[in-house]
Amino acid sequence: MTFSAFALLKNAISGQTGWRPHWRKAEPKPHYDVIVIGGGGHGLATAYYLAKHYGVSNVAVLEKGWIGSGNAGRNTTIIRSNYLLSGNIPFYELSMKLWEGLEQDFNFNAMVSQRGVLNLYHSDAQRDAYVRRGNAMRLHGVDAELLSRDEVRRMAPYLDFDNARFPIQGGLLQRRGGTARHDAVVWGYARGADARGVDIIENCEVLGLRIEGGQVAGVETTRGVIGAKKVGMAVAGNASRVAAMAGLTLPIESYVLQAFVTEGIKPLVDGVITFGAGHFYISQSDKGGLVFGGDLDPFPSYAQRGSLATFTDVAECGMAMMPMLGRLKILRSWGGIMDMSMDGSPIIDRTPVDGLFLNAGWCYGGFKATPASGLTFAHLLATGDLHPAAMAYRLDRFASGTVIDEKGVGATPNLH
Amino acid sequence: MRITCPHCGPRDLIEFTVLGEARTRPAVAVEDLDSPAAVDAFAAYVYDRANPAGIHREHWFHGFGCQTWLVVTRDTLNHAVLAVADVREERP
Repeated sequence: MTFSAFALLKNAISGQTGWRPHWRKAEPKPHYDVIVIGGGGHGLATAYYLAKHYGVSNVAVLEKGWIGSGNAGRNTTIIRSNYLLSGNIPFYELSMKLWEGLEQDFNFNAMVSQRGVLNLYHSDAQRDAYVRRGNAMRLHGVDAELLSRDEVRRMAPYLDFDNARFPIQGGLLQRRGGTARHDAVVWGYARGADARGVDIIENCEVLGLRIEGGQVAGVETTRGVIGAKKVGMAVAGNASRVAAMAGLTLPIESYVLQAFVTEGIKPLVDGVITFGAGHFYISQSDKGGLVFGGDLDPFPSYAQRGSLATFTDVAECGMAMMPMLGRLKILRSWGGIMDMSMDGSPIIDRTPVDGLFLNAGWCYGGFKATPASGLTFAHLLATGDLHPAAMAYRLDRFASGTVIDEKGVGATPNLH
Repeated sequence: MRITCPHCGPRDLIEFTVLGEARTRPAVAVEDLDSPAAVDAFAAYVYDRANPAGIHREHWFHGFGCQTWLVVTRDTLNHAVLAVADVREERP
């Protein structure tokens, strides 16, 4: 089943009865060529690109709940490629290019909306840092514009430009950044993978890894043992727990990140705006709610819910940037478990166990990376080699000192 | 969230800074610091984390209180604080 103007018209006049489920409820087979653990955006994108680009379709995606029930459905849906370091920019720009063609590629409306991502700066030093980042982006062929205070004011006149402590001096704008609909990304990849023969197996939690003579042989699940010579882990906040089944200790600590949404209002915030003097980012959903977030809760957590102290901090940042926020009611808040790596950058690499591959350490930047993460992880699973755009994301970079630390805060995962 | 500091009593979360897992520096003699085993041990000490879903011992700093480093034992599945001790009492 594909979407087209004709299909929409046909269903409009036939009472919308022509639509069918977009993927099968697959039962686990005894053996697959590749098992991907984790039915989130990254796991499903991996399966999709494995089948589509690498011709590997005897693949199972194992998901302990329902697909997209973890971080894929808990993020703030921002896409951007405004990074500074050379290990990161080509990867995130690959992801941005994939976002730009994604809906045509998988024939699904993911509501990719390039309304721009604006980072505000509040001091001369911060302007200099943004100039440097913008130049690094442009050297890599990524769009970046430095905006003056007046240019920012024309875009967003409701910001607190004359805040006594953090006056807004200007901003760094990536016009190609924006948002996408996170659930539709999951569904689009799931549908595309399923159509190419991938089995998406929900309610199937991995309980153990079968390793024979240093080579992975399969996984033990709540739905029985499933064999495979190649197993990829794409389980975000639970990466340490799954890796521990193979006796591995990862450079990752898990923390909860909260997000919030207000009641729906008329169109106000066009694009994404981030506060430069604290950690706060905001956008407006198509339903009209303002979606925003900020810092992690400070302590390691697997609880998927956050504390009031962090919410207070986020709200204070929001009020300092955009005082009119105080007139709105918060409708909902939620938390997701972030796999915070020791340098704030991800890991897409082999592990010491043959046939076992790792995709983890996304911190709170996993959503925007979904297409490139899937493509590069599929490349690794299919060929055994690192993808050229993800060469820097090696597991051994910590021991060798070649970390990719955008924020420059060292091995303190809750500060990245 | 309240943390019962052994010196200050029950105090709010915002008074504290969390460092993460409470680890012990590898016991390596100065003359062995450049040995491959010591390099591996220090890399693991700096970067690797057990990151359990369950009971976890952490270093917390009571910066807006007594300015003492604490060992907080918590359950990462439900945020329950099980024990708080001065780090000096935990060290031999």
